[in-house]
Amino acid sequence: MTDPLLSVRDLHVTFPHRQGQRFPWSPPGRLHAVNGVSFDLMPGKVLGVVGESGCGKSTLVRAIAGLGPRDNGIVALNGEQIDYRRRAEMQRLRRVMQMIFQDPMASLNPRMTIREIVAEPLIYFRPEFSAKERRQKVIEMLDRVGIPQRNMNRFPHEFSGGQCQRIGIARALIARPQILLCDEPVSALDVSIQAQVINLLKDLQAEMGLTLIFVAHDLGVVRHISDDILVMYMGGMMEMAPARDLVHDPRHPYTQALLSAVPVPDPRVRTQPQLLTGDLPSPMNLPKGCLFQSRCPKRFADCARIRPPLVARDGRQVACLLEGATEPA
Amino acid sequence: MTLLSVKNLKIRFRSGDGKIHAVNDVSFDMAQGQKLALVGESGSGKSQIALAIMGLLARNAEVEGEILYDGRNLLDLSRSELNRLRAKEIALIFQDPMSSLNPYMTIERQLGEVVELHEGASRSAARKRALDVMDAVKIPDAKNRLKAYPHEFSGGMRQRIVIAMALICKPRLILADEPTTALDVTVQAQIMALLDDIQRDMGTAVLLITHDLGVVAGFCEDTMVLYGGRMMEAAPTLSLFDAPGHPYTRGLLRAVPRITEDDAELSAIPGSPPNQTGAPTACPFAPRCVDAIAECHRILPTMQDGRACIRPVEELT
Repeated sequence: MTDPLLSVRDLHVTFPHRQGQRFPWSPPGRLHAVNGVSFDLMPGKVLGVVGESGCGKSTLVRAIAGLGPRDNGIVALNGEQIDYRRRAEMQRLRRVMQMIFQDPMASLNPRMTIREIVAEPLIYFRPEFSAKERRQKVIEMLDRVGIPQRNMNRFPHEFSGGQCQRIGIARALIARPQILLCDEPVSALDVSIQAQVINLLKDLQAEMGLTLIFVAHDLGVVRHISDDILVMYMGGMMEMAPARDLVHDPRHPYTQALLSAVPVPDPRVRTQPQLLTGDLPSPMNLPKGCLFQSRCPKRFADCARIRPPLVARDGRQVACLLEGATEPA
Repeated sequence: MTLLSVKNLKIRFRSGDGKIHAVNDVSFDMAQGQKLALVGESGSGKSQIALAIMGLLARNAEVEGEILYDGRNLLDLSRSELNRLRAKEIALIFQDPMSSLNPYMTIERQLGEVVELHEGASRSAARKRALDVMDAVKIPDAKNRLKAYPHEFSGGMRQRIVIAMALICKPRLILADEPTTALDVTVQAQIMALLDDIQRDMGTAVLLITHDLGVVAGFCEDTMVLYGGRMMEAAPTLSLFDAPGHPYTRGLLRAVPRITEDDAELSAIPGSPPNQTGAPTACPFAPRCVDAIAECHRILPTMQDGRACIRPVEELT
């Protein structure tokens, strides 16, 4: 058994929030964005993170990348806890861990040429390269992601969204990181372009032996790229399972509802989406029991009292009180 | 009976780099109570068609062709004549529910305004109608939420309000421009179920504009696929999905990641979206088409038997 490359233990993220404050001088409330996420990521694997907007999936990867705050919890790389406060350690971390973002245009500096953008990580992380070597590396990388060399001196606005995302990928991968965090990398792209970028990411992942955390709201996309899928709701983990098992046999009521709502591109399939009723709990004031209790079609009395722990069974983890117990008919 | 008939619609935009040909020769008919989908990727001109029907195109647009509604050409109507049709006959649901609501007005006023303007209803009658329509779109506790402002609602609830606003005068045609794109899947399922119910109860015709083939499959009887502002294929949804007759439709259907399928590789459509400056002289999809032959780059295919492709169906990959 190999050791995990990245381990996350009981990660919590909260933000100060002024809503519900009685007086301007009273202490601000806390918005609970991520509530106790734990997972191990094996080298070379792809972990997909899904959930609806506001479930904390982006906050989670930003916290892991050190781009956002963390309240509690441990993030360890190769078994060593990352100290996000130390600058030297952060530099080392960024060599190992890179990120691509949702809005491909906004994540590229509009005043830099593509060549400068892609070369920048090399200048920073691989200062031993000469300018000539750097240029060669940039050409190779751009070629690999499908941007022709002749376009190298152009600016981001001259490229389409799909091309900008390719450039973002080239920039992230040029210094050969081990982990790539992808925050909704294809949500802004059209279906035909989206498929190109997913295939590119998959190929690069296999070629370079990358470990990926892939965040998206589109289950179809996540299904296609991931080995394991983590389902989040209100910042908590609902279920984590191998991708295939999760889509064919979802255990958690929320996963079941989420999967049933995915529209199937086949008019012969009559989907029966489970329409969730009930309101989302406030992230300022989380319920005591299960995070999903207010909308869960299978809730019972205990759900309001006990926050279900993640139960590992058959290679999957489910946070539901029904798991393990026999389901009430 | 034909309710809406779009004939050879062309929309061009004057811009610094020459004319952008956004919509080229698009024609379709809609019967009363019909559900038609316009499917296409960004830049395919699908939204511009809806804006043209409502008379809301940007100022630098040039329009040619005919949009016949009940036999009248909407493109010839004056602004006040169009205003009489809007909301009462044709209503538009926009993609982004936040920016299509006025943040300074209560929901009651925004909904009531429509009835007051278009039907001359009194304030109290308008309030009653607002309440009814909010119940119709299943906004819980509608009575107490009349005085609420848009920001007090969630995204899904806001989209319900936008739908309520479109429904309040009982139009015969609803244009829904990406009504669920900004929403989560569980909310999307609710909104589509709601639109379906309303359509069935009121017999409204719905023109659904979307890029999501999954949404189309579950909702519309007929589908038209657009690319680069041109019609690629038009067919009943069932046969379009069963036997797509155009290389673009085929590519699009193969590029959709499905959760149930386990094969690893998605088949992407190579290349980038078309440049639409200048009048089209060949099939806009030809540069990305796997089945393209030399002819495809020279000839502008026209719609025949529901598809615009010069290659016979049997020869496509």
